[in-house]
Amino acid sequence: MPWDLVLNVAIAGILTGLVYGLMALGLSVIFGVVRVVNFAHGEMMTIAMYAAVVLFAAFRLDPFLAVLPVAVAFFAFGYLLQAGLINPFITRPEHSQFMLLVAVAIVLVNGLLLAFGPDARNVLVDYQLESYAVGRILFDKARVFAAAMAVATSAALFAFFRFTRTGKAIRACADNYLGAKVVGLNVKRYYALTFGLGSACVAVAGCMMILLVDVTPSLGPAYTLLAFVIVIVGGLGSMGGALLGGVLIGLSEALAGVFIEPSAKSMFSFALLILVLLFRPQGLLGRKVS
Amino acid sequence: MTQRINRRQFNQAAAGLAAAAAFAPFGIVRAQAAKLKVGVLLPRSGVQGFIGQSCQKGADLAPGVIKEMLGVDIELMNADTESNVDTARTRAERLIQEGAHVLVGPFDSGAAVAIAQVAEQRGVPFVINIAAAPPITKQGYKFVFRNFQTAIDIVRNGLDLIGDLFRASNVAPRTAVFMHVNDTFGQAMAKGIGAILPGRTQLPFKLVDTISYDPAAKDLTVEISKARASNPDFLLLVCRLNDAILLRREMVKQRWNPMGIISPGSPGMYEEQYFKTLGKLSEYSISNVPWYNPKAELTAVVEKAFLKQNPKDKLVFHALNVGFTFEAILIAADAFKRARSTEPKTLAEAIRQTNIAKKMMLGAPIKFSAEGQVEGIGSACVQNLGGIPTVVLPQDAATAKPVFPAPYYKKA
Repeated sequence: MPWDLVLNVAIAGILTGLVYGLMALGLSVIFGVVRVVNFAHGEMMTIAMYAAVVLFAAFRLDPFLAVLPVAVAFFAFGYLLQAGLINPFITRPEHSQFMLLVAVAIVLVNGLLLAFGPDARNVLVDYQLESYAVGRILFDKARVFAAAMAVATSAALFAFFRFTRTGKAIRACADNYLGAKVVGLNVKRYYALTFGLGSACVAVAGCMMILLVDVTPSLGPAYTLLAFVIVIVGGLGSMGGALLGGVLIGLSEALAGVFIEPSAKSMFSFALLILVLLFRPQGLLGRKVS
Repeated sequence: MTQRINRRQFNQAAAGLAAAAAFAPFGIVRAQAAKLKVGVLLPRSGVQGFIGQSCQKGADLAPGVIKEMLGVDIELMNADTESNVDTARTRAERLIQEGAHVLVGPFDSGAAVAIAQVAEQRGVPFVINIAAAPPITKQGYKFVFRNFQTAIDIVRNGLDLIGDLFRASNVAPRTAVFMHVNDTFGQAMAKGIGAILPGRTQLPFKLVDTISYDPAAKDLTVEISKARASNPDFLLLVCRLNDAILLRREMVKQRWNPMGIISPGSPGMYEEQYFKTLGKLSEYSISNVPWYNPKAELTAVVEKAFLKQNPKDKLVFHALNVGFTFEAILIAADAFKRARSTEPKTLAEAIRQTNIAKKMMLGAPIKFSAEGQVEGIGSACVQNLGGIPTVVLPQDAATAKPVFPAPYYKKA
């Protein structure tokens, strides 16, 4: 097996995995604070991809520039969704939350089908088919840019939660719900804010993902499942774990395709999931539940 | 004074009428059908919806063209199989109940098998427009007819045309990587190539690797990396539309420029969406597929009718689908004209005696074997040139010379 083949594939897997990680980061942030598992996560990312397509088609807006308006719109959408629809379900049984968000997901998928039809859509920017060459190693330009944006967004989110008052307040709500209420924090507002932030993350991931794959309405459920695999592998509620999980999944799929069979790539991400559940059920960077 | 009819006279008259009815030719007692009712079964929705709608364009123009050619009146009874085998069976039953004299369709082999069973049980002729599974015409059916190549013929013709292409271009590639979509169709083609290629000793190349891929995959980076790493002279590809687009884009990203991309017989690279999505990147891709003869008289007639009904479209992007669907209805109409009857057995027998030389698709005249299969249907080497799928071989049907190796070829 030529070494450059393995290296090229591994690099592509890591870069794609970083974008996956950003997608999963949104899910992890939402669960870590609000304690709601967003079963419509992949569908939301699909909507973000379509938003980038529409902005490109209408205004020739590069997805990198579309990130800002789409993220702002998704922040507002996530905030209103949590405040208006999800909030009453936080104290209800988990199966109620599950059914609610699955229903939201189905509505979103069918809405996309009605709006855009089943055919694949994409954007075609100038650099999308270009690559950097370092000797025999190729770096797909679009993938490099998308991964860089994913890392930058993740870093900004880390910094927000670590160094800002609001971020610390959100962490307080996550760590101790009752304590946060006692000291006067408006927990409901911070929950909505967190859902908005998680949705904005997904929006950025969607704008980047459209540079790598074409979008169809049926992509949503596949990405929801992928996001779950990543956060479970990385550790539910762990931001670092989401990124690590994304990279591991991207890499394992790529290398499995090289060493075993390309058409069985996704089998290996699920095999990794099984191993993690067996030997480290809290995830690689998750906290053990006592 | 009125003469009253007695009972004996009445009974004699009634007996006489009954005898006349019993012995009279069928065509006199029952009025001869003025038009042929053709049940058209196509997947106009679902996964194959786009292709089914393309075939429907061939059906829609058929009545007008055939009326002028043969003076035969045709009434189309359209039914959507929804890309679903069970639906195809149900719709075929319904069309027969509603009075279809002959069935035509259905593009897909699975649906063709189901409809063939219905047609045979109900004794109604069924002319298949497009379906490649070999067993369909090996069942001993008396009412099923196919005017399309079997998968084995597609592969055989496709590989032979590759040899013709190399001779015409004076190029002899030594190696190829074979990539194929990993679904029923792709696996069948792969099996066919595996069986036929070793016997084609006149072909100068050998396969250095075989890579299958998921037809629903969104990212084919690994697959193209593997293909590129095997350093082949050209890419032998069995694909569908969306994956063909993904593969071509990935080849550009990975700076892989083989001598060419050649399909021995699969859809995708000659379809309009391939050109629209890829633009200049779609150039020089080659598909060896059953195709129409661009120089045939009937092709010009059909093209005129097509443009009248579809002024914003081009026949060349629907060549295969429109051509074979039109010919299937032509076969039914030609048989009806000769049989002068819609009686199923008579019509089926007339179809069996078909001999149509004036046709639009490449190959021998339309004549059915004892099994109901037309033999000698030709394929063309169709290359994307100037944004149009262009016949470059066989020479007598070619409208341009083949370009091989492609100008983007860079020896690794």
